[in-house]
Amino acid sequence: MALSHVATASRSQLLNPLTILLSSSLRRPISTDTTPITVETSVPFTGHKCEPPSRTVETNPQELLTFFKDMALMRRMEIAADSLYKAKLIRGFCHLYDGQEAVAVGMEAALTQKDCIITAYRDHCIFLGRGGTLLESFAELMGRQDGCSRGKGGSMHFYKKEGGFYGGHGIVGAQVPLGCGLAFAQKYSKDENVTFALYGDGAANQGQLFEALNMVALWDLPAILVCENNHYGMGTAEWRAAKSPAYYKRGDYVPGLKVDGMDALAVKRACKFAKEHALKNGPIILEMDTYRYHGHSMSDPGSTYRTRDEITGIRQERDPIERIRKLILAHDLATEKELKDIEKEARKDVDEAIAKAKESPMPDPSELFTNIYVKDCGLEGHRLMGKGSS
Amino acid sequence: MAATIQGIGATAYSVNSDRFQLPSLRSFSESKGRFFALRSEGKVIGGSRGRNVSPLVTNAVAAKGESATASTSAKPGFNVLFLLRHEVLLFEALREGLDEEMMRDPSVCVMGEDVGHYGGSYKVTKGLAEKYGDLRVLDTPIAENSFTGMGIGAAMTGLRPVIEGMNMGFLLLAFNQISNNCGMLHYTSGGQFKIPVVIRGPGGVGRQLGAEHSQRLESYFQSIPGIQMVACSTPYNAKGLMKAAIRCENPVILFEHVLLYNLKERIPDEEYVLSLEEAEMVRPGEHVTILTYSRMRYHVMQAAKTLVNKGYDPEVIDIRSLKPFDLYTIGNSVKKTHRVLIVEECMRTGGIGASLTAAITENFHDYLDAPIVCLSSQDVPTPYAGTLEEWTVVQPAQIVTAVEQLCK
Repeated sequence: MALSHVATASRSQLLNPLTILLSSSLRRPISTDTTPITVETSVPFTGHKCEPPSRTVETNPQELLTFFKDMALMRRMEIAADSLYKAKLIRGFCHLYDGQEAVAVGMEAALTQKDCIITAYRDHCIFLGRGGTLLESFAELMGRQDGCSRGKGGSMHFYKKEGGFYGGHGIVGAQVPLGCGLAFAQKYSKDENVTFALYGDGAANQGQLFEALNMVALWDLPAILVCENNHYGMGTAEWRAAKSPAYYKRGDYVPGLKVDGMDALAVKRACKFAKEHALKNGPIILEMDTYRYHGHSMSDPGSTYRTRDEITGIRQERDPIERIRKLILAHDLATEKELKDIEKEARKDVDEAIAKAKESPMPDPSELFTNIYVKDCGLEGHRLMGKGSS
Repeated sequence: MAATIQGIGATAYSVNSDRFQLPSLRSFSESKGRFFALRSEGKVIGGSRGRNVSPLVTNAVAAKGESATASTSAKPGFNVLFLLRHEVLLFEALREGLDEEMMRDPSVCVMGEDVGHYGGSYKVTKGLAEKYGDLRVLDTPIAENSFTGMGIGAAMTGLRPVIEGMNMGFLLLAFNQISNNCGMLHYTSGGQFKIPVVIRGPGGVGRQLGAEHSQRLESYFQSIPGIQMVACSTPYNAKGLMKAAIRCENPVILFEHVLLYNLKERIPDEEYVLSLEEAEMVRPGEHVTILTYSRMRYHVMQAAKTLVNKGYDPEVIDIRSLKPFDLYTIGNSVKKTHRVLIVEECMRTGGIGASLTAAITENFHDYLDAPIVCLSSQDVPTPYAGTLEEWTVVQPAQIVTAVEQLCK
């Protein structure tokens, strides 16, 4: 890494225009340096009925730069979606994830694609983390054929089967029993993988959550229930909806861990810990203390139930991308300019994807009737009720 | 009414072979030669894909203890093996179907309340937990919403759960999972995920079980896109439909009836699977088409005896497939008789009969000589008192009167 700085320094002492030309046309590669760096998480973990892991996390330049790049991309994607929604290219409900990116990237760093992730409707960035592309994302948001669900799902129904991403669900809390089922299937086939079932602080009050908790604990299913606590269930603050907002303790007989969800490394550490725990000792709850900058959805300004000061305060003190940026700069892994270039690159990628998605056609009218039943499955050859007499 | 109706279905079989040259054979296209599907009349078709009829794993059924020798002499061209039969009660037929499928495919599993150690509240899963273990025959806590959701989630990864509702009415608690996740996931994921679950359980009006335990959920579920619904009524079709439902790639809701579990019938030893989308011709006739399903089939057949004595010739069809309707079989019948009577156990409002009336009117109104008559249960909660309960469901006498009116 020191080498690259020397190179830049010497280059800048030569012909300036050439430097500018060179540095702008050279795509800065993500450092492949894997020398370990030890970092402390922002706050210690708090455990419930379990010994929390230590605050010390091991990482490396490659990982940190990947975190930065991924989170920058996610942030850009969500901001772009905001503009597209205001331009009426995205309709209906659009729930944005900006502010919560650390949970998505930290979790991915701890898992493989064989592990399953299932979440609710704030799913765009998790989809990206699981291997979804920007094109599939924007095309789906705009209801085009090239969308991940062929334009038929929309914002709340992103899925990626090959990536182990099971959606994408609109009804609050209903994805948790599904996650239970994913874990059941993993136990059934004995394949040593785990399921992360994500839900919000609002969904934490759903009965089916406790039903699912009981079952995963009863049968020792490899499930990790992750509460993404952004402190607001749509417009209702957590203390107004929950008698006990200590969601990591709600499992009672199931151990829990409270994690700073704005610190990607803490999230990674916690998820690794949780995966080991789930495979050995059964289910565990993770509470990610996180925050969303946007309102609940694009129909919600997000400012009627919380102050602008609160939002800007969190942005200044706890923003996940800023934290990683400071870490990278402190350890001299890249220059400010290089990081800015990465962000510019992200912007470019997003713009390109949007342009391509705009060119993608709307679904064919015949698509209205496809994928209702499984293709070529007896029923397709059968005349469906009410589809006409001839 | 008699709890055991000896082979009422079996004796009504018709051996009219030209009835069987149906384009609906294409609905067997999924069979991939591994099994042959039958018309419910008992004739073997589609078996000749260059393969002979596969021998059944007899140890599963031979234990029934019935004589293995054919009771009727073999006719030329008839498969002798097919005539070997054994007597079962309907719940045993369901269990046989389930057991055979679990042996055949390790991804088939069962989950529900008291299905494992207790053996099932109606004994459908008796003995299966001992045979397949506690994970494959899973006793769940009383949490319909989440264990239905769990089954659906498991199906997304490739397992084939058979989810039992101890009583169909309890599945109302799981309505969100059934409607949104079961029915719609294949569509909202753009075809990425299949949900090959079977949701089954007893419903219908029983013997003074009270309002909440006498529900008919087929009317609530029928509008859910993406699911199939079938109702079994005889041991023969119960086993065949159970197997078909398990093998189906779509989610299937299999409606059983509380009062039909002890029906007795002789069913083939040989393996068979029925078609989920086909109706069953119970009694061919000329004067009127009577469409029915589940328990009302027996009320209709009772009425049919009276009608025959009075000189009528009703055609009775057990529609079996509640979603989608077998409009092919039904249409052929309407074109022949020009009069339709629907007898169902659903409530009048928004029931299966209501949808069926609309479907027939839309598609075959040219062939109708009279408006379609639909006899349904009263739009009331099922009362506890025996006499009141009797009046909520359609009785044979009402069916006779309706036919007489229709054929005037």
